[in-house]
Amino acid sequence: MCLAVAGELVSISEHADPLWRMGDVCFGGVLRQVSLACVPEARIGDQLLVHVGVALTVLEPEP
Amino acid sequence: MSAEAKQLLEQIHSSTTRPWTLMEVCGGQTHALLRHGIDQLLPPEITLIHGPGCPVCVTATERIDQALALAEQPEVILCSYGDMLRVPGSNGRDLLSLRAQGADVRVIYSPLDVLELARQHPERQVVFFAVGFETTAPATALLAQQALAEAISNLKLLVAHVRVVPVLNQLLSDPACAVQGVLAAGHVCTVMGGSELNDLVQRRRRPVVITGFSAEELLQGILRCITQLERGEARVENAYGKAVSAEGNREAQTLLKHVFEPINTIWRGLGVINQGGYKLRPAFVQLALDHKDRQASNEQTAEQAECPSGLVLQGLLRPSACSSFGNRCTPDHPLGAPMVSSEGACAAYYRYQR
Repeated sequence: MCLAVAGELVSISEHADPLWRMGDVCFGGVLRQVSLACVPEARIGDQLLVHVGVALTVLEPEP
Repeated sequence: MSAEAKQLLEQIHSSTTRPWTLMEVCGGQTHALLRHGIDQLLPPEITLIHGPGCPVCVTATERIDQALALAEQPEVILCSYGDMLRVPGSNGRDLLSLRAQGADVRVIYSPLDVLELARQHPERQVVFFAVGFETTAPATALLAQQALAEAISNLKLLVAHVRVVPVLNQLLSDPACAVQGVLAAGHVCTVMGGSELNDLVQRRRRPVVITGFSAEELLQGILRCITQLERGEARVENAYGKAVSAEGNREAQTLLKHVFEPINTIWRGLGVINQGGYKLRPAFVQLALDHKDRQASNEQTAEQAECPSGLVLQGLLRPSACSSFGNRCTPDHPLGAPMVSSEGACAAYYRYQR
């Protein structure tokens, strides 16, 4: 349950209330809607670490 | 094994001059260590103790019994994460067997799916059995806020969320605890940052290294922990900078603070942990299901005699040293939660034949 899945943010559904900001994240070809409530800084193309449908961090790009 | 991993292993071998006992906190890390064979490649001086970081394993039997009783009510749709459905309650039954008998029990991937379920079934009572550490608690907090904002009236939360640092504090305060250094669970730190761990290190005087989940990240965590121990140091170090910042995720922390307050709570096999869990704040009372706890009964004693999971969770018993391991207790027929979960130490030992 603590193992997060990393995926690429491919689109964002903006919302006036950040609580409801959602995005499509691509996990190795599988698209899922995830909440962006905890990553207001997330932009399309970012690698996100997602736990149970909520993105919890934007991963630092590998050096 | 990658060249980087080989190099880290060599460094660990050359840095280790004395016996050291480390504890990896997270069950996901336990599985990864065994999957990569790292436990067998480390110097013989290093002992790994597997920590209590398996949310399914530590969810109180009382809470599972409560979920079972709720699932039996015909108007209820009970939903939780997949692993939770196979954990036996005090009478040996689990949610999956109730489902086979006709109860409406559903596996969900995300708490946000629960909101959709409640919207689709206004005539039913939807109950979300919310388990997990600080990694899954923000998603439950988000669900609570959204349900309140949408005035969803047919949703209840059976909250069994638990907190990592209080249980570490309690385990490390035991004079019998052999753990000399801690590999902290990377993704909990993604949310909570390092400040809680600084307090822990000040109190318990052990090095704590925030560690990731790949072979290289695990070896890096072990190397940094051993290096501190060899030098006689005890501080918080971040070996998982890719996903963890010093302050953690502020939005997630705000959600947690807004929705939950810490409470003393029962951990299965470990007893009551001071401030070791979360409950909903009064503003969310309409979503809350109160905990129903009973006095310690003979039933519980029987359970503990059959499955000494508490000793496993404290690192006092190797899973393979349990007399039920691999014969009466297997992943297909688990006697206790650590054999169920993809994060449980017993399931890891079974799967990787230790």
